[in-house]
Amino acid sequence: MPDKYHIKTQPVPPRRPRIGKHGVVDWREDCARCHNCVKKACVYDRYKQEAEYIRNLSEVEALFFDCMGCFSCVQDCTKGLLCMSINPEYEKLGNRYWKPDIIKTTWLQAETAKIPVSGAGYRGPFSGLGFDSMWTDMSEIVRPTRDGIHGREYISTSVDIGRKPSYLSLNESKSIASLPPLVSIPMPLIIDLTSPAHTLPKLDAVIEQTAADTGLIAVMDSSYRPANEAHLKNIAFYLGPDSPAVPDAILKKTRLVEIADSPAVAERIKEIKKVHPEIVIAIRVELTAAGIGRAIELAGLADVEVIHVVADANGDELSAQKPRFVKDMLRQIHTTLIEKGTRDEITLIAGGGIALPEHMAKAIICGADLITINLPLLIALECHLCASCQPGTPCPAKLEKIDHAFAVGRMTNLIAAWHDQLIELMGAMGMREARRLRGDVGRAMFFENLEEETFGKLFGAKK
Amino acid sequence: MNTLNSLPENTLKTRVPQEEVKRVIKPAPSRYRNEIAKYIVHRSPACKRCGKCMEVCAYGVHAHKPGFKYFSEPHHYLCIGPSCEKSGRYCVAQCPNGALQIKENPMYRALGDFRWTADLILATWKMAETGAVPAAAYDYDYECGKSGGGFDKLRFKFPKTPPVKLTEDEIDTSISLNKRKDGRPEIKIDVPWYGGGMSFGSVSNVTQLSKARATVAFNSFTCTGEGGFMERMRPYDDHVITQVATGLFGVREETIQRVPIVEFKYAQGAKPGLGGHLLGDKNTPAVARMREAVLGISLFSPFPFHSVYSIEDHMKHIDWIKHVNRRALISTKVSTPTDVDMVAVGSYSAGTHIVHIDGGYGGTGAAPDIAKKNIAMPIEYAIGKVHNFLAAEGVRDKVTLIASGGIRSAHDIAKAIALGADGVVIGTAEMVALGCVRCSRCESGRGCPRGIATTDVELAAKMDLDWGTQRLINLYSAWRKTLVGILQRLGLRSVAELRGRTDLLMHLDYTNDLPAKK
Repeated sequence: MPDKYHIKTQPVPPRRPRIGKHGVVDWREDCARCHNCVKKACVYDRYKQEAEYIRNLSEVEALFFDCMGCFSCVQDCTKGLLCMSINPEYEKLGNRYWKPDIIKTTWLQAETAKIPVSGAGYRGPFSGLGFDSMWTDMSEIVRPTRDGIHGREYISTSVDIGRKPSYLSLNESKSIASLPPLVSIPMPLIIDLTSPAHTLPKLDAVIEQTAADTGLIAVMDSSYRPANEAHLKNIAFYLGPDSPAVPDAILKKTRLVEIADSPAVAERIKEIKKVHPEIVIAIRVELTAAGIGRAIELAGLADVEVIHVVADANGDELSAQKPRFVKDMLRQIHTTLIEKGTRDEITLIAGGGIALPEHMAKAIICGADLITINLPLLIALECHLCASCQPGTPCPAKLEKIDHAFAVGRMTNLIAAWHDQLIELMGAMGMREARRLRGDVGRAMFFENLEEETFGKLFGAKK
Repeated sequence: MNTLNSLPENTLKTRVPQEEVKRVIKPAPSRYRNEIAKYIVHRSPACKRCGKCMEVCAYGVHAHKPGFKYFSEPHHYLCIGPSCEKSGRYCVAQCPNGALQIKENPMYRALGDFRWTADLILATWKMAETGAVPAAAYDYDYECGKSGGGFDKLRFKFPKTPPVKLTEDEIDTSISLNKRKDGRPEIKIDVPWYGGGMSFGSVSNVTQLSKARATVAFNSFTCTGEGGFMERMRPYDDHVITQVATGLFGVREETIQRVPIVEFKYAQGAKPGLGGHLLGDKNTPAVARMREAVLGISLFSPFPFHSVYSIEDHMKHIDWIKHVNRRALISTKVSTPTDVDMVAVGSYSAGTHIVHIDGGYGGTGAAPDIAKKNIAMPIEYAIGKVHNFLAAEGVRDKVTLIASGGIRSAHDIAKAIALGADGVVIGTAEMVALGCVRCSRCESGRGCPRGIATTDVELAAKMDLDWGTQRLINLYSAWRKTLVGILQRLGLRSVAELRGRTDLLMHLDYTNDLPAKK
């Protein structure tokens, strides 16, 4: 049996105090100094930890907020002096799309590399916008579906990037003509370019190492040169309109390259292939109003192997008044390509709005072969997504002081946790291969459809 | 129910006399000193201790212990808030010194979530304390949560006057669990719900026994979950369902023969397709002994049953249990995939008496967050799908359909039945009645900090068996009263008449203008 894909992880505790959801406000002036104070009975020992934290403070830092919200001390205090509140720092995390609970769970996964597990049932809204308006299906034991049911160890998450001809062509000597190159990566995830706003001095080296440690590929600026040449196979240079050229000798050591979309894209592909025929070339297409049409058009060109469609960080269509969401745009591209009969020939990579591991699975179900992320990896480094990354503005997570090993550990842990969660979802779905998950909407349920089938029939039209 | 003398063959011969628990409502106030309140009453130093507030308050918020100079801390949780002003008995307005203030408790925001709002938690606590529906003056919005879909958007279309005038006594809330007429006992339960599976190890002994005793009082059932059940459950065996899950923990011939219903747990709504998981910390010596496992290691009931890959295999399983216990009814607990309707019909054909569908938003002692939110459909969609398909196949009246996974209140129960279920299974609501605040920490470290879902001796000692039993009896009483009230307003004589009556429902997001079909 070949080696299983395994990401080596170890716990990487945060550098900064945790920002929990709950905090206890204490009206100490009325305290009766009971000898059996409820604070001593905290199941999680948080009051003692808080006291130690304050004792060891070297400078004024964030307050200690790591209460688990069980209300026990609040309800038992003899004089009723304790009051539970929601931590305002917690509520400030992220933005409308990257909600505080997304940031918190990402931090936890980056620390532990484990699948977040909790008790009690689901606590959130019935459904929501974007990826929250669909559920993945499961394969019930008494009636297994798709690949049947099998152990987690048999589930493959690897995917292939490149052009896949739908039939073999023979040359004159009747032997098989050469096949286009393919790049295989062990899970359907690529690390995308970081936004210029988030460029930190050490970030590129961290991403390079993370990509190498996880066996994945990171899209990097064409001016970047890895510290270790062996890592070039984990790097895909991005050649934008104004990017500096990559020397041929270096380009030849990479497996994948990404180019900006342009009218002369076919010529650009030919130029690169001349230098390195075995390289796979992805074209980056921004999902603007014209993006969907352009992606479909490119898929029809003979030389195009991979299309990387990118929405904005929140998964929305770029420069649109009423933006469509990346999931819906992907479904449109995917189904159009199926109708045209070209879907299986090209690889579709999707980026933007992928914030949680379920988004990865759902984007693939909606038609992407694999996805790209960057913000979750930045959050893994304790970023708050406060959007004030400018020179002179202090970073609340002190990302400029980041330690290399810490950062690589946290990013690796996050990717490992995502990988495990993808396997959990696929296991429940009865899917044995991430390749077969692509576009399999039969393994998902969409809010609109379920509503129509269930309530539409009973209660008329939706208001 | 069977008596000791008339038990069929293959029933355990070492049974003990069954204990009775009376269905009596008694006050069971919170076991915490400071009950969480919606409003807080502030008494300033301007108070001259005249006692006017005690005199006017209709809810007993203000208290003064004899022999003490100052008033006691107000019973905030009894206060109905500023809306009291209309009653003319508003202490703030009546205080001659203007010493009182009433404000919304800032802590209120920190309690609850979309599915279990703070109002719903407090109302459930109130029902568990008093056995009655909270007074309208409290203005708790407890009929729904704020999840923005499913049950929270469904409402009953109550006629202005009921089509038939019925007294409470004329309304029948019982349901039958065996519709197959296969010679096995015709078990009826007095209320259309029973307790969900919570294993020995996931909850404390007191919790498990409280659940069992309350169901005895209501002639219903409790489920042991996976992992066997303790000797102390013997006096309640006639009201116990035991589970057979993939780990086969605690499954022995003896445990199967003790009970009237055996449930196959193929999947659980909160973690469909993922299997059960008891974290190592909760695997105490007693749990390890019961499960015949090694102390302190995490115990997995992996998905799936490798002996069941088809309906035929499922039938083989059912036959096995039916042979081991000749009086047992079989329940099949499955999750809600797209083809849940096919699964249900298949399960019926395999010989099950009860099809139990557990929706995606169901409760759990520990489940991956990714599974709770994303896998399988919410129960609101699944009930109608299964009900209609069973009817189309002509077997609807030969099998009992039980729904679970997000049933929080008597209103949810009524809606689930109107959508097509015969009855429901509840779990989280019972935990809330026992004092759960849904902090989601049931699984970690020593378990539930409130002593409900824990095997830690010190934490479990926070709860007393009589108190726990009473809280659940009170909750059940209040729910039954609510349910009877709903049936009364609809003019229906029984819960069975409500089944599948979607024409009595409306959905807030829809036009609700389709011609009514009965």
